[in-house]
Amino acid sequence: MRLMPILMIAAGSLLLVGCPKKPTTVPESPPQTVAPQDAGAAGAGNQGQVGEARNLPDAGAGGSATSAPAGLATVIYFDFDRSEIRPEYASVIRAHAKHMAAFGAARVRLEGHTDERGSREYNIALGERRSQAVRRALMLEGAADGQLTTVSYGEERATVEGSDEAAYEKNRRVEIVYGH
Amino acid sequence: MQMIRRSIAVLLLAILQSPPAAAELTVQILRGMAETVPIAIVPFGWGGGSAAAWDVAATVQADLERSGRFRALPRSQMIEFPHQADAVDATDWRMLKVDYVVVGQLARMPEGRFELRYELIQVATGERLLGTALPADQGALLPASHRVADAIYERILGVRGAFATRIAYVAVEGPPTARSYRLIVADADGANERIVFNSPEPIMSPAWSRDGRSLAYVSFHSGLPAIYVQTLKTGEQVRVSARSGINSAPAWSPDGDQLAVALSRRDGNVDIYLLTLTTQELRRLTDDPSIDTEPAWSPDGRSLYFTSDRSGAPQVYHLGLSAGDRPQRITFEGTYNARPRVSPDGRELAVVTLDRGAYRIAAVNLEHGVVRILSNGQLDESPSFAPNGADIIYATREGGRGVLALVSIDGRIQQRLAASAGEVREPAWSPFVY
Repeated sequence: MRLMPILMIAAGSLLLVGCPKKPTTVPESPPQTVAPQDAGAAGAGNQGQVGEARNLPDAGAGGSATSAPAGLATVIYFDFDRSEIRPEYASVIRAHAKHMAAFGAARVRLEGHTDERGSREYNIALGERRSQAVRRALMLEGAADGQLTTVSYGEERATVEGSDEAAYEKNRRVEIVYGH
Repeated sequence: MQMIRRSIAVLLLAILQSPPAAAELTVQILRGMAETVPIAIVPFGWGGGSAAAWDVAATVQADLERSGRFRALPRSQMIEFPHQADAVDATDWRMLKVDYVVVGQLARMPEGRFELRYELIQVATGERLLGTALPADQGALLPASHRVADAIYERILGVRGAFATRIAYVAVEGPPTARSYRLIVADADGANERIVFNSPEPIMSPAWSRDGRSLAYVSFHSGLPAIYVQTLKTGEQVRVSARSGINSAPAWSPDGDQLAVALSRRDGNVDIYLLTLTTQELRRLTDDPSIDTEPAWSPDGRSLYFTSDRSGAPQVYHLGLSAGDRPQRITFEGTYNARPRVSPDGRELAVVTLDRGAYRIAAVNLEHGVVRILSNGQLDESPSFAPNGADIIYATREGGRGVLALVSIDGRIQQRLAASAGEVREPAWSPFVY
């Protein structure tokens, strides 16, 4: 037990050296899905901020390619074992899509999650389907394919701990994360 | 092959791994058989002077008792300590109400080696049922002792013992903002834990190669999920699938050449594929707008079972690998049957099923479709068969914490394996290793 912290730090630093963060060598990995950081996008977005903001109906006064429109929800919640987007989120999706259309440099990662019930691997697939549902909806409303990446964490990253419906309904979600 | 990146760092990691992992699993037997076999395992003789190099009998006794199928006579109640069958007085042991006696010796051999000689005697008849000499290096006295237990278990119960096997599982510690995920391999009794891989990002779905030498698993270490194959002895790690979308649920083909995997690729549709490891060749097995995932091979390697929600909810399907084969639905009871694992004899599936509001482990008989609920938790998952088919290990919760549990295939024997700290989940039982 006493050895462990030392061991883990040592192993962790080795892994940082040995496993580059960008998996770029395997076929079928289009560049946009495997480049988690996009430093260029931040610079490009900063140039166009002021003029564009008024075009966003739901976005409030500000806006940039690297952040969601001010005040706009960035989490879409789902029903149990479902990946259909509930009607109440139509305006949120539309606002994000318009924002992304306005800021062509915006890059968004859609992180799919599930509650803890059922099988872990099935939940990875369910989280993927949820993030794909949001991706398609954003594209239908004007976001470009190249702006969007998806990742599913399944039940691995609960936002609320606990084994009751109150926790579950917060965990069944897609997070819309700008800056990826 | 040149596309596959090998990580030297992991080799170094393997060297650092020699110290045991932090939290040892401890086994707690919750419920055993009503009819356990009474047996006496006499402390082994030792001719090597000073203290014995290993207490073989203690390991054998712990194994047999832990199985839930034996009741061992405490040493304090033994009235004699023979080391050979011809010194066993059946009358005495009959009075002590044991059905079997194990006697043996640990002998020192040339060049620092040892030999475990043991005999199994049936008390009622006086018949010697086993008489075996097993050579072992000093460092192999523990696994050799597990093999003695395997042989006794098989001779008495007619089923090969699985004490000399291993389990892989994922251990998670730390608060949500500073998680530590470790892929661990331990002996079947939870001892001798070794860290195979660790990461601050999720590790999932460990799967054994059929030769027991490698694990395939999913790691989010790069920030995105990828499937890795790691050789246990050397620590060498190869990333075999980091395609767009999810890379999940690897299952090794019996011949070791292929992984069945669940990928979503660019179209976002989760389907089952066969990945040939040496060539990276990918063959799509399902193409359905629903979720198809969690492939599991039949023992003969000619077909796969998998989870699909094509009917509207997760159910298990069976797909032959011959041209023109189409998926056949296997499970019909209830609204949730997922994550199939096939018994070693190919006759049953272990699945996660929704049973009156709780997720439980069930066994589905493939001949007549009978479903037996085997566990009694609320969030049970990840069943994995022992290689002898006698038990299923799975993940459950205890006091809100993830622990491992074991249930016999008839549901009568139940055990818990809890880590002293953190959570453990996703157990995978190794194949036989000898």
